[in-house]
Amino acid sequence: MNGAQFVFVLRLADTSLILGQRLGEWVGRAPALEEDLGLANLSLDLVGQARMLLSYAGELEGKGRDEDQLAYLRDGADFCNVALVEQPNGDFGRTVIRQLLIDAWQLELYEELQQSSDGRIAEIAAKALKETRYHFRYSASWVVRLGDGTPESQARVQAALEDLWRFTAELFTPDEVDEEMATRGIGPRLETLRVRWLARIDGVLKEATLKRPTEVAYPWHGKSGRHTEHLGYVLAEMQFLQRAYPGAQW
Amino acid sequence: MSDQEREWPLFEVFIRARSGLEHKHVGSVHAVDARMAIEHARDVYTRRQEGVSIWVVRSSQIEASDPQDADALFEPAKDKVYRHPTFYAIPDEVKNL
Repeated sequence: MNGAQFVFVLRLADTSLILGQRLGEWVGRAPALEEDLGLANLSLDLVGQARMLLSYAGELEGKGRDEDQLAYLRDGADFCNVALVEQPNGDFGRTVIRQLLIDAWQLELYEELQQSSDGRIAEIAAKALKETRYHFRYSASWVVRLGDGTPESQARVQAALEDLWRFTAELFTPDEVDEEMATRGIGPRLETLRVRWLARIDGVLKEATLKRPTEVAYPWHGKSGRHTEHLGYVLAEMQFLQRAYPGAQW
Repeated sequence: MSDQEREWPLFEVFIRARSGLEHKHVGSVHAVDARMAIEHARDVYTRRQEGVSIWVVRSSQIEASDPQDADALFEPAKDKVYRHPTFYAIPDEVKNL
């Protein structure tokens, strides 16, 4: 088993999976029917990415775990998504701010991963990149509309931005897994993504007349399995069926 | 603001199924502007690969014929069967028509 590579792929998978699950919470509750479908589309793209990545992670691990076992039968401490994606949806403005921050990051990440020395990762990244371009277009246009909207909408998205900004440091803070992946040409140097990510975010915030929050250095450690209190609730809902009725299928 | 003013305006959606085919009316979406209408149309009407191109137009911009005028507009065409190509018998001698 290739330890670091397994963890690296699992992190990508969990980040997409948990964000997809979060967006799925909007189904039936979005502000308009069209947005309901829009958010569900983003969610399904992300779950699709997670499925490909989890299957590959299972192969790398070599213990016979498939995508379902990895998704439904791991506990919180074994999940290694970045902490940003497990944060609650809040109002629609908060959801699109969270989405913008992660979309811009996945854009840069998948762009780099297309050149990964691992062919499977490169292939998945190429497919995910097309989806992510649309996600970014979606979230950026909503952040602009709400930011440059009414005093009420602007205050709400600015507050969400201030609140979620502290989770962005983790996106660019490499650990030993990231270092090894970068050295082997499998993953990018995370810290180099930050400049382009920030330029992209700044462009949107400027148009949205929002202020970029000041730096918060503390990196969360979602990808090492240390999560905020919110992940447990996400997993409880997502995993309930398989936990209650092991092996259930339809 | 009345409820009607708060409602997003309606856009009619036209989708081209494949290159070379015409855009066909498929339905409508609510959106605040044309750009959002295209995104909504994409999310609502192209989920199953229904199209390669989208047109949207504000529903209020469409002029429609009045159903009350239907008799005046369409009835006169009824008894003019000679306008259909099938009305004419083609002589056997004509090879390439």
